[in-house]
Amino acid sequence: MIADPIAQGLARGWKAYDASTFGDDRAFDADVAIIGTGAGGGTAAEILVQAGLNVVLIEEGPLRSSRDFHMLEREAYPQLYQESAGRRTKDKGIVILQGRAVGGSTTVNWTSSFRTPPQTLNYWSEHFGLSDYTEGALAPWFEHMERRLSVHPWDEPPNENNAVLARGANKLGIPTAVIPRNVKGCYNLGYCGMGCPTNAKQSMLVTTIPSALDRGATLISRARAQRLTFSGDRADRLECAALDASGLQPGPHTVSVRARTFIVAGGAINSPALLLRSNAPDPYRTLGKRTFLHPTVISAAVMPQVVAAFSGAPQSIYSDHFLHTSALGGPIGYKLEVPPLHPVLLATTTPGFGPSNAQLLAGMPHQQVIIALLRDGFHPQSTGGTVELRGDGTPLLDYPITPYLWEGVRRALKSMAQIQFAAGAKSVLPLHEAARSVTSFEEAERLVDALPMEILRATVVSAHVMGGCALGSDPRSSVIDGTGRHHHLENVYVFDGSTFPTSIGANPQLSIYGMIARNATRLAGLMAAPAKR
Amino acid sequence: MQTGAGGAILLALGGCAAAGDHREMLHAIARAMLQGALPDNADALDTAVRGIDVAIAGLPLAVQAEIGQLFGLLEFPLTRRLMAGIGSWQTASDADVAAFLQRWRTSNAALLRSGYAALHQLVMAGWYGNDAAWPRIGYPGPPRIA
Repeated sequence: MIADPIAQGLARGWKAYDASTFGDDRAFDADVAIIGTGAGGGTAAEILVQAGLNVVLIEEGPLRSSRDFHMLEREAYPQLYQESAGRRTKDKGIVILQGRAVGGSTTVNWTSSFRTPPQTLNYWSEHFGLSDYTEGALAPWFEHMERRLSVHPWDEPPNENNAVLARGANKLGIPTAVIPRNVKGCYNLGYCGMGCPTNAKQSMLVTTIPSALDRGATLISRARAQRLTFSGDRADRLECAALDASGLQPGPHTVSVRARTFIVAGGAINSPALLLRSNAPDPYRTLGKRTFLHPTVISAAVMPQVVAAFSGAPQSIYSDHFLHTSALGGPIGYKLEVPPLHPVLLATTTPGFGPSNAQLLAGMPHQQVIIALLRDGFHPQSTGGTVELRGDGTPLLDYPITPYLWEGVRRALKSMAQIQFAAGAKSVLPLHEAARSVTSFEEAERLVDALPMEILRATVVSAHVMGGCALGSDPRSSVIDGTGRHHHLENVYVFDGSTFPTSIGANPQLSIYGMIARNATRLAGLMAAPAKR
Repeated sequence: MQTGAGGAILLALGGCAAAGDHREMLHAIARAMLQGALPDNADALDTAVRGIDVAIAGLPLAVQAEIGQLFGLLEFPLTRRLMAGIGSWQTASDADVAAFLQRWRTSNAALLRSGYAALHQLVMAGWYGNDAAWPRIGYPGPPRIA
């Protein structure tokens, strides 16, 4: 029997409430209200509570834990993801995987933990005046969070899905490396994306949040932050709707939180949306702009051997080769990784329908898949997307795919096919509605050159939403300053991936942990809390 | 193609019929879309359609409303004939439905391609989330934790 730290904590009397069960309106008071419990909110909560501050955490998603994680897509996607793992951009061209539960995306991510690449940080210093975001200045914070979350290069053999990426790339002289993962006692099952059933993944759900709750923090789940209210240049109250039992819509009751300081940490898309709904000052119209996705394209191969990509640590090998083949600011670069394959994820992504689609899926155990994550945000033709509000106040991301990005899509599809053939693939299918399976790299090149690059023909997905509340020294081009504080609101901070002024060029969780650990520690010092008890 | 005023009117007309029962339509679409994937029994199709209902029920209300519009458009006789080329879901053959899906999938109008994408996503999630779908694709299901 796997011990469930959430069940144990609740039994110990954690102040953790499910707002959908509230029978009346509730009001809370705190030193700090944190909106969102993902990588940013979780990291900040532990640090602020350790400094003796009284913290209330607000989360729209449910509190779920290992006893609920049955490795079933039909349960995990509706319970743990935004829009049942089918969130789409405004024109429907990109499908976005984003968490929606206590722990945020860290509850469902695939555990890849990279420090922010130095080229990205250099670019931020040069273009956004972020002079203390250097590799050296951040290194101690990354180290601190790596220790806290047991981040270390995966020390077991990669599963065959990852091994094919390594074998094919290395045959072509393309370097690959082992991915650091935030796991402790990992069972190597392959179901990180459905919530870790063994609590090996050191997500916020099993680390910083239990630690904050043990020290007296309050957690309110299934409460949707609707708006902040302001007096002058200070926020004084957060208004939330207690969701109904479905967790999809507001029920009859409200939750309001008064606090000295408010930390917005709902993730890119939801954080800018909260500030938009609140009519937060935005004199230069920077809020919600420059939202980035690492637009991701996919190549599926049929291998002669069994790959069983549903089994084993989902991501353990990567290649940054194609991030370095051209300079930042030139043609777009991309990172290569592999995804885990499970029936729903695979079937919803596989092009076509009827017998041809059924035949592709029938070969699932032999399928090997590579993904290319395009590094957006470093070129005038890659300014990302814009977060808007629907009529009902819920957010919508408008992210047009520019010709600059499509050019990268073509190159990436070719690189992946070349690697798969080098590893011995019998056939390769670039995921595109007009593509067919091909049996040689030359054929793949001709095919990809001929494919019409348009939305809803090419399959484009994203698991990394970044930006929208950009960090920067100049209020005319950013939303918050280098400390995470809002340029125009004295006691409002943004502590999550929405603060990145470009994409990261790597899976973003460790970038969030490290940068937010630094900013939260600084904030804790500023709030000069009296020693606890 | 842009939606434009005509598209907006069609969507509004579609909205009128959105509230109805979509079982026949979903059966016809799922049967065509999952041709070659469903085991040879009547239960399988019911399982898939139930899965679609569950998938829709888990979506945010704004997205449910969009799906309601799409379904309305596919149910309302005028728009069903005009846009999907289907006279009646009850009598449409698998080939008729496949032809409609193929037209939308390959359409030059992004709006129609997005309608196809929504149907594809719902049907695939509705079926492949079920244990009954797994034997045929060689997926052993989740492992037992020792």
